[in-house]
Amino acid sequence: MSLDKVKLQHIAMLARLKLTDEEYAESVEKLSKIVDFVDQLSQADTQDVVPMAHPLDAAQRLRPDVVTESDNRDLYQKNAAAVADGLYLVPKVLE
Amino acid sequence: MTELHAQTLTELAAGLEHAEFTSVELTAALLDRIARRNDELNAFITVTADEALAAAARADAARKSGKAGVLNGLPIIHKDIFCTRGIKTTCGSKMLDNFISPYDATVVEKLASAGAVVLGKANMDEFAMGSSNETSYFGPVRNPWNPDCSPGGSSGGSSASVAARFAPAATGTDTGGSIRQPAALTGTVGIKPTYGRVSRYGMIAFASSLDQAGVITRSSEDAALLLGVMAGFDERDSTSIDQPVPDYLASIGDSIKGLRVGIVREHFDAGLEEETGKRVKEAIRVLEALGASTVEVSLPNLNLSVPTYYVVAPAECSSNLSRFDGVRFGYRAEHAEDLLDLYCRSRGEGFGDEVKRRIMTGTYVLSAGYYDAYYLKAQRVRQLIANDFRKAFADVDVIAGPTAPSPAFKLGDKVNDPIQMYLNDIYTIGANLAGLPAMSVPCGFVDDLPVGLHLVGPHFAEEVLLRCAHQYQGETDWHKACPEAYR
Repeated sequence: MSLDKVKLQHIAMLARLKLTDEEYAESVEKLSKIVDFVDQLSQADTQDVVPMAHPLDAAQRLRPDVVTESDNRDLYQKNAAAVADGLYLVPKVLE
Repeated sequence: MTELHAQTLTELAAGLEHAEFTSVELTAALLDRIARRNDELNAFITVTADEALAAAARADAARKSGKAGVLNGLPIIHKDIFCTRGIKTTCGSKMLDNFISPYDATVVEKLASAGAVVLGKANMDEFAMGSSNETSYFGPVRNPWNPDCSPGGSSGGSSASVAARFAPAATGTDTGGSIRQPAALTGTVGIKPTYGRVSRYGMIAFASSLDQAGVITRSSEDAALLLGVMAGFDERDSTSIDQPVPDYLASIGDSIKGLRVGIVREHFDAGLEEETGKRVKEAIRVLEALGASTVEVSLPNLNLSVPTYYVVAPAECSSNLSRFDGVRFGYRAEHAEDLLDLYCRSRGEGFGDEVKRRIMTGTYVLSAGYYDAYYLKAQRVRQLIANDFRKAFADVDVIAGPTAPSPAFKLGDKVNDPIQMYLNDIYTIGANLAGLPAMSVPCGFVDDLPVGLHLVGPHFAEEVLLRCAHQYQGETDWHKACPEAYR
């Protein structure tokens, strides 16, 4: 097993995922297999190979720095679970 | 007259043009078929009957006043990964089960402007992560050729719908084979264009350096018709390519005499099921009979394409899916203790197993101490794979081979073994890694299940692929085959 539960708990926390005990048991096994599988890459000789940044070797296009969006806050907030006075509500952050 | 559901997009366009029927009649006929038969296949997440009939009525009115667009009144289905304004857009996930998109994807907008009528939103693997449609929160889709089998994935609702004649065409997306593999497994035509050819704006992101939109249809001609409308520059997608869109239909009838077809040595290795390989070789002989010449080429790093993909795609997915936080949209867990707990619970409860697996794989390969060994290494190997294609395309115009290693597999067969499932995309993933256009075309059957011929071209060679497929379809009838239960 290339991964254990402690390592996985760290990854799950970084990924902001709460897993059940059963999910941990299953994930240790399946993710270890996936990690072992992608470990094949270490065999490839990639000396002097430039990592690919874009499939077409193109650069990201920039746009002029001007306002293009209109205010659609009410429309967008219709999809939120909890809003009040145009603000998104979350559990208390400061005591 | 051939029954409406049995006609292709091109045939229906002619029928509407000659006033043999109206779009309202056509739309109503297909909606009725979907209402009666969808339960057998579970191909839809949402059927938009009222909106479709209203759009059809508008299309009929537009035609009367001489304002018909190129797709005026023609029914299509959207994969539920495309945002549709005012209509539920789930991406196959519990996370977005309650999401009503406030805007239209560019693809949706373009097809609607051309007059297309949307019958509904197709089922799919959750966030397009899967090759069998079994990871959908809304349940698996069944294959019209055999209900015990998978229709492929992730665009499984799209492929099953077209194969079952619920609609003549459906949109799809393809990150590692998600248009082409389902097309192969259902006897339909699927094309994934060059990276950047079709706008990704409003297409829910999975792996942004690989994702590309395309279509599933019943003929190459129909694919050319739709792609011509969908393709083109969009300033709202920063990876959209500003290049003119050729008229794909203009050259589709031209001969492929002299076309150089590359046959990849590694494609016919042990991983390919024998009978599937025979069908593909028969198809290549048809291309030769049409005047194409075949040249043996090599893609020596083919075996590394799947492991490369399973580093790059999960890495990008872990980043893209970080937007789902239970705050602004999507599923929100109840009884969270604090903000961190809200994030972790909403994501833990809202995402399914495969999506969580990929997010964690991606998080792992990007995490401190592993980035160089996995992510950077994979991007280097990706360059090697792209170089293999560059070399091959110095000698050939297209590469022909199998789309998938076998015909449709049984539902449940691979779902518990991620690696086996991943290997189903071995022939398709390379095109995504290198950003190349690729297509699957029906080329025969093995045990009454369809097999697909895979065609890959250099960047922006969609025209060549569509022409090659169209010429092949002029010589063969495989694309006309229909599952008996859905004639």
